[in-house]
Amino acid sequence: MKALKKIKWQHYIAYAAIIIFLIVCSFFKISRTNLYIFEKIAIAIILATSLSFVVGFLGELSLGHAGFMCIGAYIGGKFASIIVEQLGNGLPALILSVLVGGLCAAAAGFIIGLPALRLKGDYLAIVTLAFGQIVMVLFQNSSRASFGGAFGLDTPRYGYKSLYVIAFVFALLTIAAFQNIIRSKHGRAITAIRDNEIAARATGINVTKYKLLAFVISAFFAGVAGVLYSYTQSKVQSVNFDYNYSIEILVMVVLGGMGSLNGSIFAAALITILNEKLATILTGNLAVLQNLFYALILILIVIYSNAPALNSFREKYNLRRLFTRKSTAADFARDKDDEGSWARVPTKIKMDEVLSLDLDAKDAYTPDKPDKPDQAESNRKGEKHNG
Amino acid sequence: MAEIVLDVQDLGISFGGLKAVQHVNFQIEKNQIYGLVGPNGAGKTTIFNILTGVYKPTTGRFYLNGKELTGKSQQTICHKGIARTFQNIRLFNNMSVIHNVMVGLHDQPEFKCSLFASMLRLPVHFRKEKAMREKAKELLKIFDLYEERNNLSCNLPYGKQRKLEIARALATNPKLLLLDEPAAGMNPNETAELMETVRNIRDTFDITVLLIEHDMKFVSGLCDQITVLNFGTTLAQGTAEEVLNDPEVIKAYLGD
Repeated sequence: MKALKKIKWQHYIAYAAIIIFLIVCSFFKISRTNLYIFEKIAIAIILATSLSFVVGFLGELSLGHAGFMCIGAYIGGKFASIIVEQLGNGLPALILSVLVGGLCAAAAGFIIGLPALRLKGDYLAIVTLAFGQIVMVLFQNSSRASFGGAFGLDTPRYGYKSLYVIAFVFALLTIAAFQNIIRSKHGRAITAIRDNEIAARATGINVTKYKLLAFVISAFFAGVAGVLYSYTQSKVQSVNFDYNYSIEILVMVVLGGMGSLNGSIFAAALITILNEKLATILTGNLAVLQNLFYALILILIVIYSNAPALNSFREKYNLRRLFTRKSTAADFARDKDDEGSWARVPTKIKMDEVLSLDLDAKDAYTPDKPDKPDQAESNRKGEKHNG
Repeated sequence: MAEIVLDVQDLGISFGGLKAVQHVNFQIEKNQIYGLVGPNGAGKTTIFNILTGVYKPTTGRFYLNGKELTGKSQQTICHKGIARTFQNIRLFNNMSVIHNVMVGLHDQPEFKCSLFASMLRLPVHFRKEKAMREKAKELLKIFDLYEERNNLSCNLPYGKQRKLEIARALATNPKLLLLDEPAAGMNPNETAELMETVRNIRDTFDITVLLIEHDMKFVSGLCDQITVLNFGTTLAQGTAEEVLNDPEVIKAYLGD
């Protein structure tokens, strides 16, 4: 066995990219529009990473991520506007409100997760979708004095220059938190639940606990992103947190590759830039084309990364190959260096695996109440088939 | 008389009007290899599902080492010491071989490590992680899977997947191991090897084995005691020789 310990660059590339980016930025004078885009990118990274955890690693489809963000933005923003009077509009106030917003979102995640995680696949998606909409409507119809209602909530706007740095630091913390969870025994339990829930249960994993845990942590960071968002705006409008936004976050996750945090991070940056650039390039009459181009680019990326016809092309021009030495499949098998290795867990799952239910497998072992008459027939069938 | 590990008393379950299992009684002594046989649909896997907490029995009780486990959750039962494998292999396919075993080690008290310790990468995290890895390697060596430890588990050949499933079950440190058709889909050589493996497991881990199997050569060569089920009820019970010569059993398998 090789004594040499390889540094797994995959684990650090996202940190490195963000830190290098921040260092480079410190040498330039950045225009206000760019500052705004940077803030949005950092927020998108936090959102995409946290959703990627639930969708890609826990394997549950959640369409209510914007709802958690909305809770964070409103409660954190409200808290900030109150606390700013005492502490001044500085870093302490921001950190406190980020914590408050995050914790409120986590609490919401716990409450919604408790019943919702009993559901599977499509059903959970629908419940979370409804949750997001409910949150949005609730804040929209709040009184003017509490959360501003339809007028939006006035929030303190942090000084223009350094907010993006703070946002990126939070993004770094988020990535670190998720990376560390995923590459630990807890992450292993969560991926085990995704891979085979029945086996995970039989192996003694507390499935409910881990599902809830993943959901709550993910909601917490969505709340953090929400508070940061409220800091980038002088007014928070709940309309921005509709299901379209949840879907947009999901698109980042799917584009980045399910079960790949780095992918989600880069997809988040890419999509945010794409959106903003399209909005600035296509103005006036051409603004209608914005969505068209956006959709077109998405379709092209998805085709590029998934079409079987492009397999050989992808093999040839693989992004990873450009960075590492040329390795072959045999190489992969021969390489026994496993100290601290998590790279051998290519946690890529396909969209259809997340969306569809493995009905055959589920029926045979679902711990259903024995006394359901309509279930009896199918259970018996399953038994015959198996036994 | 040897110590009784599993005591099943009058176990029964019905799905609606259908009585899948009725009045099943058996006792397994320590370090025994016990066989559960019967035609398709006799309720063998259902009994496994009851014993591991997937189903709650409608009647009867079962005890592990004298402690009642009836109606407990799957997690509790696993902690108390019943581990199982599945008829259709259920591995964590997108994880490497060693990580499959490490999931099995997850709930062992000596590898306890809180989420925050892992999140903040405290020294305890690295220590436990290393200990788990070493333990998993030991287990894999026993099952001859050490060389493949970094491969994805879905890329293993069938026989090795079976072995890995057993290794994962053993990682939970069970007192009783339930094997659901371990020899299914194996050729005669592999079956013979598996018989050796099962015996070895029993001796090295000092556990008791309950297995379901259709391969009569396998069952009669390995099991100390056998229970034959048919239509959810006990048809015969005893040593392999007694049971397999029982006219009732022959009738159930071959017809009149």
